[in-house]
Amino acid sequence: MTEYATILFSEVLKILMLLVPVLVSVAMIVWLDRRVWAFVQKRRGPNVVGPFGLLQSLADALKYIFKEIIIPASSNKVIFILAPIITMTLALISWAVIPFSEDFVLADINVGILYLFAVSSLGVYGIIMGGWASNSKYPFLGAIRSAAQMVSYEVSIGIIIINVLLCVGSLNLSDIVKAQENVWYIIPLFPMFVIFFISALAETNRPPFDLPEAEAELVAGYQTEYSGMMYAMFWLGEYANILLMCALGSILFLGGWLSPINIFPFNVIPSPIWLILKILLLFILFALVKAIVPRYRYDQLMRLGWKVFLPLSLTWVVLTAGYLMYFDLLPGN
Amino acid sequence: MIAHAVVFYIFSFIAIVSAIMVTVSRNTVHSVFFLILDFISISCLFIMIGAEFLGMIMLIVYVGAVAVLFLFVVMMLNVAQQKNEWFVASDSSSHIPIGLLVSLVIFSELLIVIGGWKYKAELQDSININLNSNLTNTQSLGNIIYTDYVHLFQLSGMVLLVAMIGAIVLTFRKRSGVKTQSYFRQISRERNEGVELIDVETKKGVKIDA
Repeated sequence: MTEYATILFSEVLKILMLLVPVLVSVAMIVWLDRRVWAFVQKRRGPNVVGPFGLLQSLADALKYIFKEIIIPASSNKVIFILAPIITMTLALISWAVIPFSEDFVLADINVGILYLFAVSSLGVYGIIMGGWASNSKYPFLGAIRSAAQMVSYEVSIGIIIINVLLCVGSLNLSDIVKAQENVWYIIPLFPMFVIFFISALAETNRPPFDLPEAEAELVAGYQTEYSGMMYAMFWLGEYANILLMCALGSILFLGGWLSPINIFPFNVIPSPIWLILKILLLFILFALVKAIVPRYRYDQLMRLGWKVFLPLSLTWVVLTAGYLMYFDLLPGN
Repeated sequence: MIAHAVVFYIFSFIAIVSAIMVTVSRNTVHSVFFLILDFISISCLFIMIGAEFLGMIMLIVYVGAVAVLFLFVVMMLNVAQQKNEWFVASDSSSHIPIGLLVSLVIFSELLIVIGGWKYKAELQDSININLNSNLTNTQSLGNIIYTDYVHLFQLSGMVLLVAMIGAIVLTFRKRSGVKTQSYFRQISRERNEGVELIDVETKKGVKIDA
């Protein structure tokens, strides 16, 4: 029994050591997002609480905690409460398979990339449940839009992942990073990186694809009826998902924990730092896109997903497979 | 081993209870959510027996795509109204015998499967695939699907494709008078096509869209 207890304790400790930094960085990333957004528009952004406004998110969190949670009378209460919990949980459990360095990963499973894909495809449920359980028209419309959007863009993300997997020959995330020691996949698969980036924007409901919460049409989409801590959980889950997508992008295309060039000043820097830098780079790109691009119309969004990205990425799969086959570069077993 | 057994029983208990709840619960949307829970716990059971690839694919395909479509349909229907029309006993309800027939077929199929399970040894004899335990199950699945069963694999793909095209053809309606946006026409428009300068005589006006 004590054996199980020690295993349980050490695992819980490991999980906490991963989750607490993730949650703190989610809070920081919200601040960064708002700052970048403000700088593009020549504003100052949050700069009052703490040095450079760094503690703004903490102040916001405090505000949310002490706000009253309002549950609409005609809502479906169990599902209404479950929805933000599911969003948050799904956003956090995906971090279990992200490799921060060669031996710094919580669960080094064989099907890591499939796990990430599965968890991100479950993410729709938090939104649908929230929208439906609110029993109100704007949340419901927002939820339907969001579900259709996420399902559509998941298809193209899946096919882009297949491209990378063809080059790697393994579903393990650490293997994917190790396969990029010679060249990062952003160079041979650059068009796929661009499509992945745009699909990730759509998948996480970021502008210019934030139609589920288009405030001009739908008030706030699926989270209209939420308040206080439950709203904050949706919000945290959303940003944790964005960070996760950035992490996935840096693992698939930017060489994960590897340093850009394997020479002296670069390879002394510990590998997790490199991964974090790459995540930050991608996140700043996300934030810049939010600031400079207007919102898509819904039919344009669907057209882009199904009629542009899907055929393009499928063609690229055929090209990659043909190239690897012809030059006998397929990773064998 | 004890922990393994405990986890197994937890997942199978959740799977069975949620399967029962799918049929018992009065709210259709709740039924779909219980169905999702059932899918998730079954994929956990798959992972527990080491079939991690199958478990993940189950999550991606059934929970991530199929159940979302179920939810869509169920949420869009006016369920409360239909309940009154369908399930209140009436003499002219024709769907109950069909439902009974379908459930009878499924029940007999289940009986066949359970019968096969009883003669497990013979069933296993019919599977003559040499499994290499060094490979991950993704690799061994790929080795089998794309070599021994490639025709069946292609055939099932074709069946799915036909089903997809059939669904599109059945629901496709050509509507007239819909204004669609043509990106090529929009982009390739030039100034002399879009703008016309006309000298308007006073008190005469000008005809637009002549």
